[in-house]
Amino acid sequence: MAEPAPRHKNDLVVIDAALALIATLLVVQMWLLSATLEAYLSGHDRVVLPAAVVSAVIFLACLGLSLFAGRGDERSRL
Amino acid sequence: MSVWRQPSRDPLWREEFPVHTEDERYVTRRQFAKFLTLTSLGMAVGNGWILVRSWIRRPSAYPSVSVARIGEVAVGGVKLFTYPTPNDPCILVRTAEDAYVAYSQVCTHLSCAVYFSAKTRRLECPCHNGSFSVADGSVIAGPPPRPLPKVVLERRGADLVATGMESA
Repeated sequence: MAEPAPRHKNDLVVIDAALALIATLLVVQMWLLSATLEAYLSGHDRVVLPAAVVSAVIFLACLGLSLFAGRGDERSRL
Repeated sequence: MSVWRQPSRDPLWREEFPVHTEDERYVTRRQFAKFLTLTSLGMAVGNGWILVRSWIRRPSAYPSVSVARIGEVAVGGVKLFTYPTPNDPCILVRTAEDAYVAYSQVCTHLSCAVYFSAKTRRLECPCHNGSFSVADGSVIAGPPPRPLPKVVLERRGADLVATGMESA
């Protein structure tokens, strides 16, 4: 295997921060899903729509951060 | 071998199919981010599915079914019946001379059948020691996450008639 490419330390820190943020958002989303299911099964349908919107927003944030981390990863290999 | 080792300049296909077996276990940050994002998508789809289910679920028209005759059940006694379909077991309790309550008999924890304990005056689940108030079906103790759905009762002449279900 070839020698590892030199990487900018700052790039790696930013990428790792983005990954940590994605993981944190994921924990929030897991809680949101379980709480929404609980409310739905209890017959409280009012929270279902806002929860779905928030979950979609969290997914978009994760997607954005993931693209950002991927681009940073690519850049740091140059 | 560290999971966080420095990646090489090799093309992706060579990283995916390396010569050394242990190199296969290496996960790049990009792959990890992709995995987390797909998990996030899965949960967003889950929330969307719940939303669609809540839109599809229309308030169904409950039938009116006679479940017992007045005086048929002794004070502190119970009668089992099914409502609104033959697959939904319910329990009727006569709590006082002129007071009747009825609930779904399915525990909201893991669907065991609850029974009325005259000693404690609670609806109890024998599986995990959950107990519900006989007054309103609320959870008093144990693992059940939700109250028992209540059967709406009406008195029509000498009959007790179930006319609907209420979730707390």
